[in-house]
Amino acid sequence: MQMIRCPWCGPREEVEFHYGGQAHVPYPAEPAALSDEEWAHYVFFRDNTRGAFAERWSHSAGCRRWFNALRDTVSYRFLAVYRPGDPRPVLDQTPTAGASS
Amino acid sequence: MADAAPSTTPSTGPSSSGLLPRTHPLDVRPDLTEQTAGAVVAKPLTTAVQVRAELPGPAADAAARVLGVALPARPGTWVATPAGGRVVWLGPDEWLVLDPTTTPWDLEPRLREALAPAGGAAVDVSAQRVVLELSGPLARDLLAAGCAVDTHPSVFPAGRAAQTLLAQAGVVLLALSDDGRHYELLVRSSFARYLADWLVDAATEHRARRA
Ligand SMILES: [Zn+2]
Repeated sequence: MQMIRCPWCGPREEVEFHYGGQAHVPYPAEPAALSDEEWAHYVFFRDNTRGAFAERWSHSAGCRRWFNALRDTVSYRFLAVYRPGDPRPVLDQTPTAGASS
Repeated sequence: MADAAPSTTPSTGPSSSGLLPRTHPLDVRPDLTEQTAGAVVAKPLTTAVQVRAELPGPAADAAARVLGVALPARPGTWVATPAGGRVVWLGPDEWLVLDPTTTPWDLEPRLREALAPAGGAAVDVSAQRVVLELSGPLARDLLAAGCAVDTHPSVFPAGRAAQTLLAQAGVVLLALSDDGRHYELLVRSSFARYLADWLVDAATEHRARRA
């Protein structure tokens, strides 16, 4: 079973975690000013990245905290985990050969 | 509910501490210790208060004054209190205080009155979980049958704690000794009978070996 490293608890089995979708999707500054189409884009539209993807995870069966992770969507490998509020880490190299655009 | 102190009901089961007048979920498993080859003992119901506070901060300081020990900052650890209780790290701003020597209606107000003005919170959660004591040479074998956390004393010595899954049930696991032979297992009351039955099942082969 894949192990995921919680920023607080350390490596745990993936069944202890819950996926939370794309990270760093900012809440609109003025939601009421958005058109229906713009609101739909905020609520429903997400990137479909091949390669390193920043996403939200919750350690739901452990400390129950949300955190962010960079995961390679080709290999499923977790490249980095970081706490909410921390900036997206810069990776040294392309995680999967030919996977990033 | 009456204001009077709870009466001590005579009992041979694990609830016989008399501090908490509540039916112990494992009173119906009086042979749990025997059926687990002596490895598992259901502890009497204990007072438990959940503490929320920013650390470092005034609320954490207030909690430390009430408890007599600082809230542990390191994830996955617990510390003993001078009163004979434990403070378990549950999250970067969340702790569980266990104290078998007092009552919820004593501990919760003392913590809340100290914490609330400083922006923290304290809530009685004594009914949430029951405590199982695992000890002896089988303790780690039983855990390993349903839990992926490495409990080897070199990485999980006394003072370590883990919130994890044991046989799919959410548990808090505390290491009480450095020799891998003494643990406490906190499980939600509604899962206690399931987990007790699972532990009995996990102990089957060891029971047979002893017979
Ligand atoms: Zn965690």
